[in-house]
Amino acid sequence: MNKIATKTVSPILVIVALLLIWEASSRLLDVPAWLLPAPTVIVQEGVAGWVNYQHHLLSTIRLSLIGFAIGVTVGLVVAISLHLLPTVKQAFYPLLILSQNIPIIVLAPLLVIWFGFGVMPKLIVITLVCFFPIAVSTLDGFRQTSYELMHYMQMAGASKRQIFTKLELPHALPSFFSGLKIAATYSVMGAVISEWLGANQGIGVYMTLAQSSFRTDRVFVAIFFIMVLCMIFFGIIIALEKLLIKGRVKEEKV
Amino acid sequence: MSELVVEQVTKSFGDEQVLADVSFSVKHGEFVSLLGPSGSGKSTLFHLIGGMYRPDAGTFYLDGNDITGERGAISYTPQSPALFPWRTILENVVLGAEIQGKPDYKKARAMLEKAGLAGYEDAYPHQLSGGMRQRVAFVRALLSPQDFICLDEPFSALDEFTRLEMQKWLLNIWEENRQSILFVTHNIEEALYLSDRVIVLSNKPAAIKKEFTLPFERPRDQELLLSEEFLQWKKAIYKELQVVNHA
Repeated sequence: MNKIATKTVSPILVIVALLLIWEASSRLLDVPAWLLPAPTVIVQEGVAGWVNYQHHLLSTIRLSLIGFAIGVTVGLVVAISLHLLPTVKQAFYPLLILSQNIPIIVLAPLLVIWFGFGVMPKLIVITLVCFFPIAVSTLDGFRQTSYELMHYMQMAGASKRQIFTKLELPHALPSFFSGLKIAATYSVMGAVISEWLGANQGIGVYMTLAQSSFRTDRVFVAIFFIMVLCMIFFGIIIALEKLLIKGRVKEEKV
Repeated sequence: MSELVVEQVTKSFGDEQVLADVSFSVKHGEFVSLLGPSGSGKSTLFHLIGGMYRPDAGTFYLDGNDITGERGAISYTPQSPALFPWRTILENVVLGAEIQGKPDYKKARAMLEKAGLAGYEDAYPHQLSGGMRQRVAFVRALLSPQDFICLDEPFSALDEFTRLEMQKWLLNIWEENRQSILFVTHNIEEALYLSDRVIVLSNKPAAIKKEFTLPFERPRDQELLLSEEFLQWKKAIYKELQVVNHA
């Protein structure tokens, strides 16, 4: 109990301390608000401007959720098919890694040229950033299937299908969840980046508007909500993980 | 009914010959131990029986049917318990049956209770001690639809006290079912205490050195371990193994 308390209290203390220093320095040193607004100013804007930006928030949430769902599906399909078809894996694995070496910032305008300003290029951007951590970590999970358990299954006369559904798939579940956690935070980031390219609503749009009119307080409000969104996504996945992954508490601690 | 006949089995990996012309049989309801030094190819023999790969020459017959290279014909328990961490104990013990068809949960519960594992049905393997996990693995082997059981040094990872307790437990459970068991071990006392027959293997390549038929009555008591007769047998087998090592 005590351990849990210190675990949650100490990071909160650090954050509070940082905010206090920030607040004090911006007041004492008289930093102009367009350069660095004090936390209290940001909170005031966050509360007062809710009506102005809540539709942006909703639009980003929707976009990242849909993108995340597509990304997860693509990631899983890629992982499973590459695992079941080793020759295809050999041929496509380098391509998988190359796809992540293209900076999204460069790729995004191209996608706009090809697909216009609609939802399509945005979803492609989010899918591209989301599928990779899931595909790679799930593939790793398949690859690290316990040799002993595999041996038992083969000696017991299990078919390839049984080995996959009863052993490999449940064995890769924790790895899949590690990928899911990364992808969840990427999906929000991907959504915001894709909105910068050209959209009529979304946090990305709100942010660019705020930036060009030197409403730095609003930029910070946007940053705050991006962080909150990431944390909520992350929290939901951790809760799901606890619910679905059984009998491995001890293993993870070691 | 289940009777295993191993006929002139030979196997090499590359230039190294692991098994040389191994022949023996395990009759119905018999407990036979293969005794040999570590790395003498005992596990290889199991993998061959289990159909993981084919022998270079020779045949395995189970109840008269050729099962060479066929997987899933025998029930097998490896050195480590090899339990599935995400399955409960109950789900683990039915796995062998599940692979071959329909698991019988009622029978599984009854067997777990007999094995002294009542109350652990819904626990996960990591919550159990090493000895208990080994028991679960053995119950899984008993519940598998195959009648012939192969045990590959199942107690080698346990401490001396747990091992003695487990041997006693294994005999108790086995007395009730009397399924044919082929047991691999490098422990002379263990082989003597448990089996009807002990087959001594030579080292690299493994070949059958000598076979001992033990006269000890069943059900056996742990007192047996200290009897004069038991020590005589132990000496005889020990000498045989010395010859093996110096050859």
